[in-house]
Amino acid sequence: MPSLGSIRRSFAPWNDAAAKPYIAFENVTKKFGDFTAVDKLSLAIYEREFFALLGASGCGKSTLLRMLAGFEEPSAGRILLDGQDLAGIPPYRRPVNMMFQSYALFPHMTVEQNIAFGLKQDRMPKAEIAERVASMLKLVRLGEFARRKPHQLSGGQRQRVALARSLAKRPKVLLLDEPLGALDKKLREETQFELMDLQHELGLTFIVVTHDQEEAMTMADRIAIMDKGEVMQVATPADIYEAPATRFVADFVGTVNLFEGKVADMSGDAGRILGADGFGLRVDNLAGAKNGARAWFAVRPEKIAISAVKPADEGLNAIEGEVWDIAYLGDMTIYHVRLEDGRIVRTSSVNSRRASDEQLTWHDRAWISFRPDAGIVLTR
Amino acid sequence: MTPASSPTSENRALRRLSSLVAGRLVIAIPYAWLLVLFLVPFFIVFKISLSETAIAMPPYSPAFSFIHGIAGLWAEVKKLGFDNYVWLTQDNLYLFSYLSSVKIAAISTLLTLVFGYPIAYGIARAPSTLRATLLMMVILPFWTSFLIRVYAWIGILKPEGLLNQLLLWLHVIHEPLIILNTSKAVYIGIVYSYLPFMVLPLYSTLEKMDHTLIEAAEDLGCTPVSAFWKITFRLSLPGIVAGCLLVFIPAVGEFVIPDLLGGSHTLMIGKTLWNEFFENRDWPVASAVAIILLLILVVPIVYFQQAQARAEEAGR
Repeated sequence: MPSLGSIRRSFAPWNDAAAKPYIAFENVTKKFGDFTAVDKLSLAIYEREFFALLGASGCGKSTLLRMLAGFEEPSAGRILLDGQDLAGIPPYRRPVNMMFQSYALFPHMTVEQNIAFGLKQDRMPKAEIAERVASMLKLVRLGEFARRKPHQLSGGQRQRVALARSLAKRPKVLLLDEPLGALDKKLREETQFELMDLQHELGLTFIVVTHDQEEAMTMADRIAIMDKGEVMQVATPADIYEAPATRFVADFVGTVNLFEGKVADMSGDAGRILGADGFGLRVDNLAGAKNGARAWFAVRPEKIAISAVKPADEGLNAIEGEVWDIAYLGDMTIYHVRLEDGRIVRTSSVNSRRASDEQLTWHDRAWISFRPDAGIVLTR
Repeated sequence: MTPASSPTSENRALRRLSSLVAGRLVIAIPYAWLLVLFLVPFFIVFKISLSETAIAMPPYSPAFSFIHGIAGLWAEVKKLGFDNYVWLTQDNLYLFSYLSSVKIAAISTLLTLVFGYPIAYGIARAPSTLRATLLMMVILPFWTSFLIRVYAWIGILKPEGLLNQLLLWLHVIHEPLIILNTSKAVYIGIVYSYLPFMVLPLYSTLEKMDHTLIEAAEDLGCTPVSAFWKITFRLSLPGIVAGCLLVFIPAVGEFVIPDLLGGSHTLMIGKTLWNEFFENRDWPVASAVAIILLLILVVPIVYFQQAQARAEEAGR
């Protein structure tokens, strides 16, 4: 039996031209008075996908989720679920369920009653309800808390009740609004993996809204980066990180160093980006750029090496500067290096050996260096 | 820093003692208040209810005094009896007054709930900038004398009053409606006067309620109407109980409204009580009526307090 990881790796319906999107937003706009929360947005999500909407608060990601759940109607555009237009269908008739950020557990009902609530609305036979509730309780490991009221549970337990309640009706799509926002860091990390396993086990489509990029990167098959009601990029976590489409995405996900300049000396895909100070960065992935055009070379901190002496390899981009700040995080160290023109370049190096050998320290002269293919050329 | 400092530990003990005393003192004030202004009058009334009427000042006997010493006092105590309570069971008037009071109070409580719930719900759902103003409008009538407001209703409800004039002018009716001096006027008066007592506790429970609970219920398949009953209404029960008791308890003993609006046909215990005191000058029977009224009301009052304690427990 193939491992979970290998199945995940082979799951990529978005690359398959024949695959039909399960959920489609088509030119969806949502306005609240003068404020445009979602602006002519189109998005395709596939069956069994774990999809994350990532963005800062107020970017419209929650509005998107609420439109799918039926709590808001789009001002313009269509939302399709399995080919069916959802317009005018009230929340209680949509085959989607939502896990609320506040969990929204019914305080006057026990854990059991909360989980059974949706099933009762469907007039499911009593025996079947009991069976389903028991299996849900088992799934989220809350069997012994069945008779407790929500206020007698811890935050993590409440989160699992909310999850069980939203899964109990076996929805086609589960919407999760900041599902782990109220948990502490350790519990959050554990729960991320639980959610992934659960989603795979049940074969459901999950759409999660989060502002936590680490959460999105860990769990999602694909991430949509949103800003001001628009989707900036939709891609797998690796592509979002390694091949961001714009400076906004590059800057939003992780940390990035941007070297601004004009494209020069192009030969094939290789060439230079000339900075204002006349310094030319050697880059070899200029595809699509034009000589003389403005461009940014985006390099992640971990792809920049730092050394006390100039590296011998002439093929590297090497710039001299001064160690400005050091943050020792245990597993790695982050250096801020100040270049001649005052720009700060961030690098991070993994501490694969114990800190014993000579170290760079504050105000040391240092060389930062990276390969011509270490970053990506951005024109937007 | 000083080793084995017994003076400081003594100080600490003293401070603890004084804070204990201070704590007791603080709760002693409300207890003293209740003792002097509720318990003592209650025993005086109870004692009068065990006496006989007399043409005297005060109009009952025995009136305790120490003129004849302890022995004389004891002789007077022995004269007390439950004759007045027996009398209450022999004249149907009292039974009917009690039943009619409870009935009128119960119906008007229900009506107050029916009118008050939408008002409270509306205020709780209103934009937060408007809420304070709307609440103010609910409380505003309290700034005018209760008596004057009830009098005003006479002007509205009487056959040639404002309401009838309006309806006649609109050709809704062709003859004036007889509302004043009927039980309808009493219901209108009680619902009007006690509405804020219903709206305020309802508002405070509805306002606290998380709207996402409704969304969650709808998300799980509830229509908006069923979500209202299963979530909003169910969660506002403590407010409903509080509001109903705040209306029911004073409404049972209400005197001014039935007297001014209800005419002579409306039987309520408050009026009967007043008649016994001031028309018949039969203080002992009037006191017995008051004591029984109190006993009738103790049941809902105790229930109310338990319900409140439960609500506090659940809220924690």
